[in-house]
Amino acid sequence: MSTEQVSRRNFLRMTSVAGTALCLGFYFPSSAEEAEIINAGIADGIKDFEMNAWIHINVDGKVTIFNHRAEMGQGSYQSVPQIIAEELEVNMKDIDIRFAQGDRKKYGNQVTGGSSTIRTSYKNLLKLSATAREMLILAAANKWGVTAQECFAEAGHVIHKPSGKKFHYGELVVDASKLTAPANIVLKERSAYKLIGKPLKRQDTPMKTDGSAIFGLDKKLPGMKYAAVERSPRLHGKIVSYDATAALKVPGVQKVFKVRMGVFTIFREGVVVVANSTWAALQGKKLLKVTWDDSGFEHISSPVIFERQQQALQKEEGLFLKKQGDPDAAVAAGKKTLDLVYQTPYQSHSAMEPLNCVAHYQGDKVEIWGPIQAPEWVQDYISAQLQLPLEKVIINMTFLGGGFGRKAFMDYPHEAALISKEIGAPVQVVWTREDDATQGPYRPGISYRCQASVEEGEIKALKFRMAGQNNDQWRSGKKLTTANRSTSEGFLAPYYKSIPNISFAEVQFETPIPTMWWRSVYASTNGFAYESFLDEVAHAAAQDPMDLRRKYLQDERSQKLIDKIEEVSGWKKRNKNEGYGVAITECFASTVAQVVKVSKDNNGKVKIDQVWAVMDCGWYVNPDIIKAQVEGSIVMALGAATIHEITFKDGMVEQRNFYNYKMPRITDIPPIEVFVMDNTENAGGVGEPGLPAFAPALTNAIFDLTGKRIRKLPFDMASV
Amino acid sequence: MISLNINDKTYQIDADRDMPLLWAIRDLVGLTGTKFGCGVAQCGACVVHLNGEAVRSCVTKVGRAEGQKVLTIEGLSEHNDHPLQLAWNEISVPQCGYCHSGQLMSAAVLLRENPNPSDEDIDHAMAGNICRCGTYPRIRKAIHMAAELQKQKETTE
Repeated sequence: MSTEQVSRRNFLRMTSVAGTALCLGFYFPSSAEEAEIINAGIADGIKDFEMNAWIHINVDGKVTIFNHRAEMGQGSYQSVPQIIAEELEVNMKDIDIRFAQGDRKKYGNQVTGGSSTIRTSYKNLLKLSATAREMLILAAANKWGVTAQECFAEAGHVIHKPSGKKFHYGELVVDASKLTAPANIVLKERSAYKLIGKPLKRQDTPMKTDGSAIFGLDKKLPGMKYAAVERSPRLHGKIVSYDATAALKVPGVQKVFKVRMGVFTIFREGVVVVANSTWAALQGKKLLKVTWDDSGFEHISSPVIFERQQQALQKEEGLFLKKQGDPDAAVAAGKKTLDLVYQTPYQSHSAMEPLNCVAHYQGDKVEIWGPIQAPEWVQDYISAQLQLPLEKVIINMTFLGGGFGRKAFMDYPHEAALISKEIGAPVQVVWTREDDATQGPYRPGISYRCQASVEEGEIKALKFRMAGQNNDQWRSGKKLTTANRSTSEGFLAPYYKSIPNISFAEVQFETPIPTMWWRSVYASTNGFAYESFLDEVAHAAAQDPMDLRRKYLQDERSQKLIDKIEEVSGWKKRNKNEGYGVAITECFASTVAQVVKVSKDNNGKVKIDQVWAVMDCGWYVNPDIIKAQVEGSIVMALGAATIHEITFKDGMVEQRNFYNYKMPRITDIPPIEVFVMDNTENAGGVGEPGLPAFAPALTNAIFDLTGKRIRKLPFDMASV
Repeated sequence: MISLNINDKTYQIDADRDMPLLWAIRDLVGLTGTKFGCGVAQCGACVVHLNGEAVRSCVTKVGRAEGQKVLTIEGLSEHNDHPLQLAWNEISVPQCGYCHSGQLMSAAVLLRENPNPSDEDIDHAMAGNICRCGTYPRIRKAIHMAAELQKQKETTE
């Protein structure tokens, strides 16, 4: 056991002996799903542990909770304490929530991605808070000399039922901290919940309406410098030389030098301008003259990318991710077959808060503050690159002004750490919107080939193939020999039971373009291809698209979801001059059904009248946050389907800012109505699953209205 | 030195007169509620009031604000209780929240000029503010609610 661990343990023990608090946390044995609950006060006997003080109650009864995940809009800042308050029996307003630092030994996986915060931690959080409550009840019972059964907890107090005597939690923490955490805690039934399942207001709203919320860009340190970096306009360009004469004449500019930051397994070069204000740094950046060496990588262009993908899809079978039955034979022998190609574009995350990071390198350690989705990855990477021990790389979380996947990577904190090291002072690196738009990584653009065999109204076989960049390739840097693990993402599992022959394959396709997760990841593009195709299959089988899904999604849960979307959208009551489209997708353990209704305006242009969405995410915390996430996902999907795309020309990204990477605006938004299914299934994700169904539901609706099939995104609504 | 009046307080700053008001407010004055989103007047994250008018501080030179009255999100109300702030909280409008300083500052001008805005009025006034989280349906709803709150406030005062 290391000295570090011993001293930490002693610290925790002393905290408890001094009688100042009850600290409860988890012990994370490598990767166990069910965490063991540890009382910091008596944890001495446990070998080799690091504890996270997830719940901390002090003698004033103040409850502090450390949120192990990022808050980037998805609502963990509200939903995590809402879970804890329920079983702990405290009022939401009495909880102080703080961002945990990056530390996987203490908090396990902290990567805020895959819509995983609640679904991977709620069971542990419930158990932990119920354990704390039971310990406080037992401490009170012992003080009164009564049995715990005569006592109950409510609103931060333990009450003795027969006498009405009460203690507030603060009066009990010293005694409770000496108790062993009890086993076999009985959790509440869902029907008994007072907070979980209720649309409580978000705790982070007030600080987001008066400017007091601290995002990465708002972090200031004494003596902090500001930096901006000139980056290659062409992917992978290297610096031949640069002239900083003009930049150094800008008042406030202090230093100009070369920086080399890691982007996954490659490195990117830039010229950094350090100044005493962001403005001076940006002025200096504009005046730099950099000569780039653009050789060594293909100067890729968008038409070539998609042409190559589609040629490959016609020639190659690809690597199979899934195969059941014999779809090849079924398609080859089919009397009625479909063979169609769909195309989806590259997209930028474009969070409203551009990338930025504060770093303070101090010789033997570096401290980072920023909008970071994956603190422990940043910690690992900087530790390796700067050759510092892991514990000397301190990662502090701020609020994120949007993330959508982009802020789960290490390039911008790495760059900030290098710059701080070079100048020997704390620094904030600010990316411009142009840097953000032109540097990536992007959601990969993908082509799909979908084949089917239909006989007498029955689907005999479905054969799906995708060609598009594999994000895992970028992370590993090695040529992958197995199919992209997300090739079938978005497709509903019950189809495998009802359709005999199905296959999903990846035709490997790479370019020099860095790609990475974008909200809902491959489901965001797969969903368009697969759900558009099912609509085409329904028409080929002469079946109503909703009925087709009902016929092949035979499990009870899917049937209920279909009942709900059919009911709320008035699917069966639709009128002649209205187009209705449906799509149902699954990702991150949640299923979402959407119906879009379109019609023609007075000028004959197609317009969206209404969107209905039904989310089935199983056990859930806050229905209002879920609705907000689905609303936001639909708006993001609307943009990606009908407004913006990232395109490449001669190795450069053509879009630079919101004037040519246009965003949906308030004027583009149709009425959206969201419903949440009630059931007791395991919790699923919330932040992403609402996105994929929108685009196919829209294009299916347009087909229903006009007979025009859209197989390529984005498309312009005005020219339908 | 440039003298700035921000939220009824006077600040003396040493800045190039061409520096955008945004960076003067954020880096030199130290009020960070006003956000940087695009730098080219496309997104509205940086909206502040200059003599009561909504301006994009990323393209407004600090020299132009000298001796004028600047209002930022920090000064929209004393206790976070402007009708818009109350409505934003009631409806849980923000997600990430980054764009909402600008959204609120744009909406505040709308509500002052038009105490009873229609959906179309709201769309027109708010079209310059991007929200990547897609909170637009709630922004609309909250502005209507704020209009009601403003009326109630006026009748009780």
